[in-house]
Amino acid sequence: MREIHVSAIADAVKKLCMEANWDLEPDMLRAFDRALRTERSPAGKQVLQILKDNAQMAKTKRIPYCQDTGFVVCFVELGQDVHVTGGGLYDAINAGVSQGYQEGFLRASIVRSPFDRVNTGDNTPAVIHTDVAPGATMKIMVMAKGGGCENRSKYKMLTPADGLEGVKEWIIECVRTAGPDACPPLILGVGVGGTFEKAAILSKKALFRELGSPNPDPALDVLEKELLERANRLGIGPQGYGGDTTAFGIHILTYPCHITSLPVAVTIECHAHRHKEVVL
Amino acid sequence: MIRTAPDGIKEVTPPLSDADIEALKAGDRVRITGVVYTARDAAHGRLFPLIEKGQPLPIDVRGQIIYYTGPSPARPGDIVGSIGPTTGGRMDKFTPALLKLGLKATMGKGARSRLVRDALKQCKAVYFGAIGGAGAVLSRFVKTVEIVAYEDLGTEAIRRLEVENFPAMVINDCYGGDLYEDGMKAYAREDTAPSQ
Repeated sequence: MREIHVSAIADAVKKLCMEANWDLEPDMLRAFDRALRTERSPAGKQVLQILKDNAQMAKTKRIPYCQDTGFVVCFVELGQDVHVTGGGLYDAINAGVSQGYQEGFLRASIVRSPFDRVNTGDNTPAVIHTDVAPGATMKIMVMAKGGGCENRSKYKMLTPADGLEGVKEWIIECVRTAGPDACPPLILGVGVGGTFEKAAILSKKALFRELGSPNPDPALDVLEKELLERANRLGIGPQGYGGDTTAFGIHILTYPCHITSLPVAVTIECHAHRHKEVVL
Repeated sequence: MIRTAPDGIKEVTPPLSDADIEALKAGDRVRITGVVYTARDAAHGRLFPLIEKGQPLPIDVRGQIIYYTGPSPARPGDIVGSIGPTTGGRMDKFTPALLKLGLKATMGKGARSRLVRDALKQCKAVYFGAIGGAGAVLSRFVKTVEIVAYEDLGTEAIRRLEVENFPAMVINDCYGGDLYEDGMKAYAREDTAPSQ
C-alpha cells in the first residue's frame, strides 16, 4: 500500500489549474499551425493567427488564454494500492482548485446553486470523476471547461435502427447548432453507448486524448476522420466568420450498450482547450 | 462617430448616432476607441426589472456600447486580466428593451435571435463580434477599468472601460445583414440545411 498525502494532491491540482489556463498544450498549438496552412478564408486566417498570438501572450504574461477560466473537470485514475492520507481526496482536489484560481488570478465562475446563483468566489467545487485502476499511482487529469461551449453540448437517445448513419448525422448536427456561439474551431468529445450518464462522461473523457493523434480503434479512427472532414465542409469557420476550420478534432469513445439503446453524448469544446495531467 | 481609416478599418468612437450606425455593414472590421460598458447575465438580470418599472438605470445607455464580458482578475500592476467576449445569445431576452432606451451597440460572440436582429433594424443599432477566446490579446486594448454598478457581482459587475483601437467585426447591422450567415454561405462545401 502506497501512501499519498492530500497536500501533494492539492499542490498538483493547483499547478495543473494555473498552467492549463496560461499555457495551452502543444497539441493545440500544432492545430493552429495546421489550420493556418489550409484555411482559405482571410478572416478565418486572421482569427487563427490572433489565437496563436493569444496563446503566446497568455504563456508569457501568465494571464489566462480566455477570461472564462472554466469549470474544473477532474478525472482521477486512482490506483487501488494507493492510500490517501491526511484527509479526503475530493477535499484535497477542491483545495487545489481554490488555491490555483485565487493565486493564479483566474476567474471565479461557479455559483453555489443553479437557482440563487451566488458565486463561490474561488471556482470550487470541481466536477470530479474517479476510476479505480490496478497499481499504486494516481493519475490526475484536469480540464478547465468553458461555459459557452459547454452550453452547446448535446445528448440524444438514438435507436439501434438509427445505427451508425444516425450517429453520424447527429454529430454533424451538433457542430451545426454549436455554430459561432461555441467559439470555433471546436473539438468534439463524443461518447457512444453505455447508459445516459456513461455516454456523457465518456464524451468528456474523450477530450483528453492528444489532438491530432489517431483513435486507438482503427474503425473509430476512420469514423473520426470522416466526421472531421464533413464538419469542416459546413463553412462555419474560425469564430463563425466563414471558413474551412470549423473543428480541430472529433474524439470518440464507446462502451457496450443495452439491446434497446444507442445513446450519443457530444461535449462541445472550444479552441480554448485547456487540459493538463500528472501522475503522482 | 465613425471614421474610415486609411487601412479601410472603420474607427468607432461612442456615443453613436443613427447616422453612425447606418455607416456600419455586416462584415466591416472596426476599431473601437472610447468608453464601453461591460454587462453580462447577472447585470442584465438586474437592469431588466428596472427598465420594466421605468426606473433609472445605473448607466445612461443612450448612444453607448455594452460589451458582454466578465474579465478575469488583474494581476498586481495590470489594468485588467483576460477580457474576451461571452456568448451574446444569452442576453437576447434583455437586448430589445435596452435598444429601445437608445443603446446603439452590443458586443459579444455568437448568433443573436430573430427578435434581436429585428430590434437592431427598428432601433438603428449594431451587434459587434469580438474574438472569443482571445482574452489575453484583447486586454492590451483596455486602458482603464472602473466598476460603476453591482460590485457584489464580482466579474459580472458593470464596468466602465476606456478602450483604444479595440478590434471587432460588425456581425449584425441595421439592414438585416449577418456576417455569420454570409460567411458560412461563402465557404460551405455541402448542403448546410438542417437535417430532417
